[in-house]
Amino acid sequence: MIVGEQKPLEEIWGTVSGHRKVLVLGCNSCVAVCHQGGTKQAEILTSLLRMQATQHDTDIQFVVNGIERQCEHEFFTPVTDAVKGSDALLSLACGVGVQFMAEKFHITPVYPALNTTFLGAVERPGYFTEKCQACGNCVLATTGGICPVARCAKRLLNGPCGGVNNGKCEINKELDCAWHLIVERLEALGRLDDYEKLFPLKNWAKDRAGGPRKFIVEELLP
Amino acid sequence: MNLKTESKLEKILAAGHLAVTSECGPPRGSDPEVIIKKGDLLKDYVDAINVTDNQTSVTRLCSMAACIHLKLMGVEPVLQMVTRDRNRIALQSDILGAASFDINNILCLSGDHQVFGDCPEGQNVFDLDSMQLLQTVRHMRDNGKFLSGDEIKRPPGMFVGAAANPFAEPFKIRVPRLAKKIAAGAEFIQTQCIFNLKKFEEWMSGVRERGLHEKVYILAGVTPMKSLGMARYMKKNVPGMDVPDEIINRLAGVPKEKQADEGINICLETIARLKEVKGVSGFHIMAIEWEEKVPEIVERAGLYPRPDK
Repeated sequence: MIVGEQKPLEEIWGTVSGHRKVLVLGCNSCVAVCHQGGTKQAEILTSLLRMQATQHDTDIQFVVNGIERQCEHEFFTPVTDAVKGSDALLSLACGVGVQFMAEKFHITPVYPALNTTFLGAVERPGYFTEKCQACGNCVLATTGGICPVARCAKRLLNGPCGGVNNGKCEINKELDCAWHLIVERLEALGRLDDYEKLFPLKNWAKDRAGGPRKFIVEELLP
Repeated sequence: MNLKTESKLEKILAAGHLAVTSECGPPRGSDPEVIIKKGDLLKDYVDAINVTDNQTSVTRLCSMAACIHLKLMGVEPVLQMVTRDRNRIALQSDILGAASFDINNILCLSGDHQVFGDCPEGQNVFDLDSMQLLQTVRHMRDNGKFLSGDEIKRPPGMFVGAAANPFAEPFKIRVPRLAKKIAAGAEFIQTQCIFNLKKFEEWMSGVRERGLHEKVYILAGVTPMKSLGMARYMKKNVPGMDVPDEIINRLAGVPKEKQADEGINICLETIARLKEVKGVSGFHIMAIEWEEKVPEIVERAGLYPRPDK
């Protein structure tokens, strides 16, 4: 899922403080799981922004709401009126939701309340880690189910580098070396010999390097 | 003698001599005198000089320009090239640029992470890794083609090297990793600084078991410790460095003003012992900001004079 982290209140306040009526809109899918962008967090953020407005002696009306997903048209129906009645939108969705709204509501400014951080997993409650970079060309079949593109700081396809230390990455002692994990996993699978297979030059054209990507499923097209 | 390149380093290794290389880090400025001075100091005592490529991710004068300065003064450079800062277009382009000056040796590396340097907020590239860079240079040289398959007019004639760290974990893949680098195209290897001789010998025995020492020239990396402080720093802070306590204790056991001499002695003893290790084809002396000691080390190690090239 997509993980995000709320921006500092001062930064959010800086973007909305010039407006008169702001709709604070939560997104109740991915970013709600990490307790950063759901309706509940939108409500808390709204309270904090109201306090800011009082402290700055500014008259801004904050309206709070939330929808299931800010990246699909059908979920917007319940808030259409609220959007129309606002002169700015503060989205607690990931970057996808923010942009989706910016395209959808062409003449209303939309501001992000979150920094979208990564595609990750819930290791344990409250602990989220990056697992995938959506490179568009999955390598997991040959790397023991552990992604060096997302989890090696140098995205080495033939790692590890010389900096691995006690199974940890040279850049951070808290961080597992992805290639250490891959080697251990290949061994557990009885496939350590696969380590010597050279990974060829990767086609990054399917990654960000190839420009914005789209995916069309013909049978779903209206 | 079946030589693949015009490299002096290759010639010396192929002739069966113990090769000696050293390295010089380019300055953090545009004054070429720094490189020329280092080159002058080393030129009669080593067969080739590596020029580091923005080592530890600290921005410096570029490796290629420094190599050109050395080449112009008659010194054989080894162009170190990391994949951290350049994509495959820039890598191929720089390889051709270096080849146009007949820089005949290249060491293919991935490079330290930028977090250690002066631009920790910069992007890293890593379009290729070190193994893929090895493949790229060999493809350009042997097939005379770009990665695209287009023909290269006057392909680069480079002798291709890689680094190996016998000490990094997990140890069980250290010999396979060397085999992988050889399969990717490495013709010579310069190892990480050797302080833990026992571990190195264990690695070399695995290397010989697979006959890898007959497929690649292994230059054993040595570094003289300048002080106890340096030894402690390297043990604690330099990723992938294995400095056993006995080295620390030896340096700690002599007065401060004698530590540098003791460091040189340890280095010379290391070289003497490594000379006995079958499969070691030479030495890569990395005297970090202490290049002036390299001639003394080479002479006292019985590696002087250098063979005629």
